[in-house]
Amino acid sequence: MGEFLLVTVQVDMHDRLATVLKDDLANRISASGARGVLIDISALDVVDSFIARMFGTIAQVARVMDAETALVGMQPSVAITLVDMGVTMAGVRTALNVEKGMALLRALVREERADDEAAPE
Amino acid sequence: MAASKTRIPEVLERFEAEILAEWIKEQLAATTQRPDLMKESELNAQSTKFLKLFRDAIAGDNFVDIQLPNWSQVRDFVGEVSRSRVIQGFTPSETATFVFSLKQPLFVRLRKIHEGQPDDLFEDLWNATVLLDKLGLYTTEVFQKSREEVIGRQQNEMFQLSSPVVELWHGILGLPIIGNFDSKRTQLVMETLLKRLAETQAEVAIIDITGVPMVDTLTAQHLLKTVSAARLMGAECIISGVRPQIAQTIVHLGVSLGDVPTKASLAGALAVAFKRLGLAVGPTRRPIGEAA
Repeated sequence: MGEFLLVTVQVDMHDRLATVLKDDLANRISASGARGVLIDISALDVVDSFIARMFGTIAQVARVMDAETALVGMQPSVAITLVDMGVTMAGVRTALNVEKGMALLRALVREERADDEAAPE
Repeated sequence: MAASKTRIPEVLERFEAEILAEWIKEQLAATTQRPDLMKESELNAQSTKFLKLFRDAIAGDNFVDIQLPNWSQVRDFVGEVSRSRVIQGFTPSETATFVFSLKQPLFVRLRKIHEGQPDDLFEDLWNATVLLDKLGLYTTEVFQKSREEVIGRQQNEMFQLSSPVVELWHGILGLPIIGNFDSKRTQLVMETLLKRLAETQAEVAIIDITGVPMVDTLTAQHLLKTVSAARLMGAECIISGVRPQIAQTIVHLGVSLGDVPTKASLAGALAVAFKRLGLAVGPTRRPIGEAA
């Protein structure tokens, strides 16, 4: 993946696991210098407001370390539950599947690189 | 009441065949009989069965209360007849006449058998009329309920059909909404749309509200909820079909549709969707129909 990190969540997440994920991810981004993080939640049947907030936090932490985040594969029932709860997860980019998520991240990283190159020294 | 004085069971047993024949004749002669809706053989079968069940039930002691268990077979049969007549297209009066027309042949014979005893005759006539009235009214109740069931079922079907999701293009879903967008409809629309998004992996959904008569703050909230849910999954929505009155209402009420693009026509929304997917529509190099 080069400069991208792929996280696949395969078990139902409880609160402590989400916090561990956040810490792990922060360390991994720092160590690898990744520019993009893809989190695949297609196996999650249930996402509560705590987990949703945690994803928002992960995205913010990643951005501070100059990495973009994309959350992919959210199941319809999860999306409905989140909007019913009023959780919007602003600031978290989403995509329907891994391919689209990767395309999104690549485009974002390309844009940034182009901006960097265009800026005069 | 001394039930032993009644001679209704006796009359029914002794004169069953004649009563049946006269009753059927009454029904056929009545202006309410519909030879176009039901064959005579079917009428015969129904009348015969009813009379038999009626006789069995009346053999019990207390035969004036049709809610008692000994009447359950009669009630069930009458219910069946009523329901079948709803489907055949009879009116409630026509159906109730099935029971009421039994009175004439029955009363004629009761009068003969009670000759000289007006009090006993009155007693039996009264019991018979109460019974048959109750059964006749029961057919009407069943009739009503059947009609209500049909209406309920049709309403449900209409509800299900009212929010189809169509694939306008590979990667673009269309969602025409007809009728008021209440919370019940929102739930259905959201579930349908999200399910199709997952199935097709379409990135754009165009929600067309041409068929929505009224948009107020609540409707806008419902729309935004649907858009947010689609966004969480990774798809964008465009709202199309905004009629001039709707546009004015939205501005007047100060409703905010957030950053969701809104277009007056489906065509406009489709253009936006194509652009988002990186597609362009243009003329082919050679006009269709021109010779090579």
